Amino acid sequence: MSGHAAMDPGGALAVLREHRASGDVVITSMGSAREWMAMGPLDPLDFVFVPSSMGQAPSLALGIALAQPRRRVFACNGDGSMLMNLGALVTISAQSPRNLVLIVFDNGVYEVTGAQPTPGSALGRPDRRGVDFAEIARACGWPSVFYFDELDEWRDAASEAIASPGPVFIALDVAPVPGAVGPKSPGPTVERARKFSEALRQTNR
Amino acid sequence: MFSGEQVAALFADLGVTHVVTVPDSTIGKWGDAIARASDMHLVRVCREGEAWAVAAGLHFGGARPLVLIQCTGLFESGDSLRNVLHDWKLPIFSVIGYRSFLNQETLPGDTCLVFSEPVLDAWKIEYKLIRSESQIGTIREHYRACLAAGKPGAVLIAEGNA
Repeated sequence: MSGHAAMDPGGALAVLREHRASGDVVITSMGSAREWMAMGPLDPLDFVFVPSSMGQAPSLALGIALAQPRRRVFACNGDGSMLMNLGALVTISAQSPRNLVLIVFDNGVYEVTGAQPTPGSALGRPDRRGVDFAEIARACGWPSVFYFDELDEWRDAASEAIASPGPVFIALDVAPVPGAVGPKSPGPTVERARKFSEALRQTNR
Repeated sequence: MFSGEQVAALFADLGVTHVVTVPDSTIGKWGDAIARASDMHLVRVCREGEAWAVAAGLHFGGARPLVLIQCTGLFESGDSLRNVLHDWKLPIFSVIGYRSFLNQETLPGDTCLVFSEPVLDAWKIEYKLIRSESQIGTIREHYRACLAAGKPGAVLIAEGNA
């Protein structure tokens, strides 16, 4: 959980890149957006949620998953973002889209604003016990919930985890990136929105 | 003002595929009829900010969503609404309950009357005020006009109770 981060976030995200199939949507936000863009060219079905309304990536993913139920939708969220919209876990489990995979990259801090601890991290709490996102997801009724704090474990289990009955919740304990800055928008937002929607509609399954 | 059946029929006629909502005591009564409608889905969210993001995802995927919330939820929606309607310029239409407009018996001095319309103006959302059942055609016309223009829009539904 928050406070004993283990994985390099880029390495953790690279596992998703390995398992992402043609036609899958990948939504990234905040730190995951920065790391995802650094890994190479964007796919037409990548949605870099920058600028965003912080915390709304899972909700955006839910809408896509409901509109196109035969397409797999990945949403990459930070722990600070998750805390900002925890109710989304309840909303999503109520809709129970089988095609949605939510991955929370838990580094315990608001990384892009200078690594201040979140209220959910061990460092942000008097008892030094971080909030357990996987337990929250279970309590919200997600059918498939996973937690990994070692890159090798995540890499070995990713295929099975992602293919579990959805919606799937995966919490990854990752290390903050020292001195990290916020992601830069990869282009004009309106144009990107239009192209992303076109890609979704043209390849609707 | 309107029955659930009237609203469900209107939304269906407009081609709405998903109604993303947080209820209040007026618009909440429409939910069952909307949920019963074929070819239309009711998506209950936990807070109004979520509603805009869910609607955005639905729109991206080719659906035609509508956001159904109270004006208090409009106030709560701020950053998400800004992101969806102005950063991404998505033409999401909303139906917003206007608390205490018809009377203030439950909440005398309700500040919803002070802020609802200025907030819509501030967010640059063109809206129509629906004061009576006879204006159901106004909703239809405004929705279609916004759809044709590819821009967001809203209607404020006058309510009497909190």
